[in-house]
Amino acid sequence: MSNVVALKSVGAELVTESATVIPLPVAETESAAEPVSTGYRRAVAPEWLVTALQRGIPMLVGVLLFIGLWAGLSQYAPNLPGPIKTWESAKLVFAHPFYQNGPNDQGIGWNILNSLQRVGIGFGMAALVGIPLGFALGRFKILSDMAAPVIGILRPVSPLAWLPIGLLVFKAANPAAIWVIFISSIWPMVLNTATGVQRIPQDYLNVARVLNLSEWKVFTKILFPAVLPHVLTGVRLAIGVAWLVIVAAEMLTGGVGIGFWVWDEWNNLNVEHIIIAIFVVGIIGLLLEQALLLLASRFRSE
Amino acid sequence: MEKYVQMEQVNMTFDTKRGRFVALQAVDLTINKGEFVSIIGHSGCGKSTVLNLIAGLLMPSDGVMLCAGREISGPGPERAVVFQNHSLLPWLTCYDNVYLAVERVFAETENKAQLAERTKSALALVGLTHAELKYPGEISGGMKQRVGIARALAMEPKVLLLDEPFGALDALTRANLQDELMKIVEATNATVAMVTHDVDEAVLLSDRIVMMTNGPAATVGEILEVDLPRPRARLQLAEDPHYNRLRSEVLKFLYERHAHKLAA
Repeated sequence: MSNVVALKSVGAELVTESATVIPLPVAETESAAEPVSTGYRRAVAPEWLVTALQRGIPMLVGVLLFIGLWAGLSQYAPNLPGPIKTWESAKLVFAHPFYQNGPNDQGIGWNILNSLQRVGIGFGMAALVGIPLGFALGRFKILSDMAAPVIGILRPVSPLAWLPIGLLVFKAANPAAIWVIFISSIWPMVLNTATGVQRIPQDYLNVARVLNLSEWKVFTKILFPAVLPHVLTGVRLAIGVAWLVIVAAEMLTGGVGIGFWVWDEWNNLNVEHIIIAIFVVGIIGLLLEQALLLLASRFRSE
Repeated sequence: MEKYVQMEQVNMTFDTKRGRFVALQAVDLTINKGEFVSIIGHSGCGKSTVLNLIAGLLMPSDGVMLCAGREISGPGPERAVVFQNHSLLPWLTCYDNVYLAVERVFAETENKAQLAERTKSALALVGLTHAELKYPGEISGGMKQRVGIARALAMEPKVLLLDEPFGALDALTRANLQDELMKIVEATNATVAMVTHDVDEAVLLSDRIVMMTNGPAATVGEILEVDLPRPRARLQLAEDPHYNRLRSEVLKFLYERHAHKLAA
């Protein structure tokens, strides 16, 4: 019985997280309760379709309203290309995403991949440093007291303020951009991991104490699993920040990348391409976020 | 009879923001081998503090604490605790929760197959063989508490410490688990200290009931011997005059001599 209840609640959570619907064990009892005595079987749409429509229709209406607003606005602002003009332009841009005409003229695919690579490297290094640092700060109060003023001062600094330091130290544009990603995406991971460690329920630690577990066992069996959801939240926020910052960083450093592409198209006064870039950045950011939410939901306990 | 747990003149004070708080004063308590002792009192009387002291989760400010003749210097698997809120690790299956404890105690002397055997038999003892691969989030509160008991028993502790083990359960589940616990204790001859605020539970399960005065500076008020023959059956005891006399003894202590001052 309790099993059914547990499954139900898991199912309910999944529905709110994404559009996937898993078949619930209660479906059986529901169909049994249907009135059969009338001689008719009421046509019932499958449950997944109902849910998809309930969620999909408002989404569709929202997007259509937005496009309508945009189209209306472009009527009054002659410099702003409307949805149709942008769409036509996008078809050309995405027709050959991976063409290469020298270092400054490459397809949108290359630009995206280059940006993703920078974010990946900068964010990856931030995770390698930030998550262990967060564990250390959470576990030892003296360390967190020491780090608090430094993090407090460094964290609110605008990511781009770090760019000159990067250029100075690395003497090259690409590592400087990666450095900016690193320094701006490290804080959410440090702080969330540290908070997660500090908020481990005392009960779990009491279990560790009564069992007299070794430090290694405490880490692998209690600390790490208990903190994992917090770590993943930090990772998700960090990816968001990194992707937010990459456009600005690339605008300043140049090279190949979606941010540089935006700047290049601005110099060409190709506004359609700028709008395309905005959509591309937004959609990729959304996909990254959704992917991490999906990952986090797989690790959620209870 | 062999004295298994001894507390002599134990004081416990906590340093709080509002100054020193004397939780326990001059507590003397002895638990013999194979004995079931309940500690009962109003909430806030420090009965859980007594249990945490025996567990080694707290260190006394003053006094002597011994377990099997050795000083209690910290928590250890020879004093297994069943916590009120089960404290199972939600990311481990029931089996793995128990196995973690078994592995800690017996891994040095036994091989993997023997460890698995111990884990399985502990879960079988509490009747949960069918749920061993489920996660704590997938089973009921009563089942979780039974896994907690299995985890504690699997360590073959010298003393089993129960901190209001059935407090969070509904009355029917509680009665079932009390009966099961009685059978298990009888079968394993365990030495048990249990904190409770349930008078019936205390009389039904215990050999002795330690009644605590109200805090602050709580101490052992009276100790009641429960000389009802075992095995005990819940239904027959309900009409047993001696059982009811013992029960009213505890009630009188709690509600006449040491009534909880609500105004305070």
